Amino acid sequence: MKTYLHIDWTSCDGRGLCTELLPGVLDRDDWGYPVARGKAGWERTDVPVRDADREAAQEAVFLCPKLALSLFERPGPEQEKRTPGR
Amino acid sequence: MSQARDIYPQVPRNGGPEGHRNGYPPTPLQAPRDSSRQEPRLLAAGPDAGWARHLDTFGTWEPQAAGPGLLEALAAAGLTGRGGAAFETWRKATATAGSGRKGLFPARPVVIANGAEGEPLSVKDRTLLAHAPHLVIDGLTALAAALGASMYVYAPAASLPRVQQSLCERPRGKRIHLAQAPETFISGESSAVVNMIANGTAVPMDQRRRLSESGLNGRPTLVVNVETLAQVALIARYGAQWFREAGTPTDPGTRLVSVSGPAPVRDVVLEVPGGAQLTAVLQEAGMDPASLSAVLVGGYHGRWVRPAAHALSPVGPPGRTARPGAGVIHALDLQTCGIQATARIVSYLANESARQCGPCMFGLPAMASVLNRIAGGETNPRLAAELDRLGRLVSGRGACRHPEGTTGLVSSALEVFAADFRAHLSGYCAGPGGAAA
Repeated sequence: MKTYLHIDWTSCDGRGLCTELLPGVLDRDDWGYPVARGKAGWERTDVPVRDADREAAQEAVFLCPKLALSLFERPGPEQEKRTPGR
Repeated sequence: MSQARDIYPQVPRNGGPEGHRNGYPPTPLQAPRDSSRQEPRLLAAGPDAGWARHLDTFGTWEPQAAGPGLLEALAAAGLTGRGGAAFETWRKATATAGSGRKGLFPARPVVIANGAEGEPLSVKDRTLLAHAPHLVIDGLTALAAALGASMYVYAPAASLPRVQQSLCERPRGKRIHLAQAPETFISGESSAVVNMIANGTAVPMDQRRRLSESGLNGRPTLVVNVETLAQVALIARYGAQWFREAGTPTDPGTRLVSVSGPAPVRDVVLEVPGGAQLTAVLQEAGMDPASLSAVLVGGYHGRWVRPAAHALSPVGPPGRTARPGAGVIHALDLQTCGIQATARIVSYLANESARQCGPCMFGLPAMASVLNRIAGGETNPRLAAELDRLGRLVSGRGACRHPEGTTGLVSSALEVFAADFRAHLSGYCAGPGGAAA
């Protein structure tokens, strides 16, 4: 299981608290919104969180004034195998 | 529908030939091809096909009974979504079916036929709903039967009366709910579809959980493009092997494309085999590829390509493949400035942002502004790099793929119109009417 920090962009207002709590993970863009450092594509919305950053990420979730952050876990990025109908 | 005449070059008007009343493919579907032209499949019943002509062409059939084995058939057929993302239909359906079975109180899934066609250059979905609504409803009914799901048709106001009329014509049509799609670019995005039906606002939603897990009223939800559903109906009737008789092994079957180009070329909807050559499609629409500078393939979230040897397919070697996306093919003549054309499109896309997500709300207008400055003749050499930077800044950051799609279009413009960008940034424009000329 890997931990991800999910950013709800429809709620995020770019207050910047998360970028201060997670300076190594999140940067601010031209308008103040968080940008995951060194990530591309959807890892910028569901940001992988290392164990060392977990506590700070949890704090960011609690302190985000817009309640735009959440932590979730899911198996690694490899596609779940499926057979038709099952 | 001004396109109606163009898309039925060979369909018999009296309901088709004999000998296919028992569920066999109508003979035009198997007739040897003259030249490279695809025999019509989706529109085989001809213009404005009602219930009687639909049954006469495709054979009587019980879509309610088609559920068992349907997802296996879709997997064998290799059908991919025709709404833009080209995701495998069976995979999406299986995920929804799986979520529906989970938990103590399994929720009944929902299947939504998505007829919202926000792409300004796309007309194929409304054409299909106008002329072959019963094929779409067949596919919806069959797929819903496979999942034990309830059914919706989501379509713009102009298409709904025809759908309503079709539902009244057929048995058990009353079980399908209708919902009206507003005429905005993003109204067809799958979470916007669910949001519109649930809350009356057609803007995308944050998707912590996938729609296949929790969509309309928390139920597992499958949003499927109407053309995809019509293909489902044909696969359920005639089988995966028949489906694969058209197209290529990696892009089986056919697809509808909306082709437009410089005047006097008329906009047409064509049904083309998977992996069709772009130049052949342009020729079939009455254009000479040599007289074109570039072609927009896939819609406003698509990419510009040169009118050269590209196969229209969701998969294939880059450089020789153009992803058909929502099936839009729009050609630019040699006199039109590609940068100005792109600037207009990006301005439109920036304006169509739902203004929910910061990077899209601010980033897209910023991209449009830089592009308009280049198009308007500003010679600051840093502008092209700034455009590239902004594109990279917004991608992957939003509730939907609107920023992605816009960035993709801009990056293809930077690539295909590289010479024009250099010209603009040194103070002249290759096309007439350019402010920098």
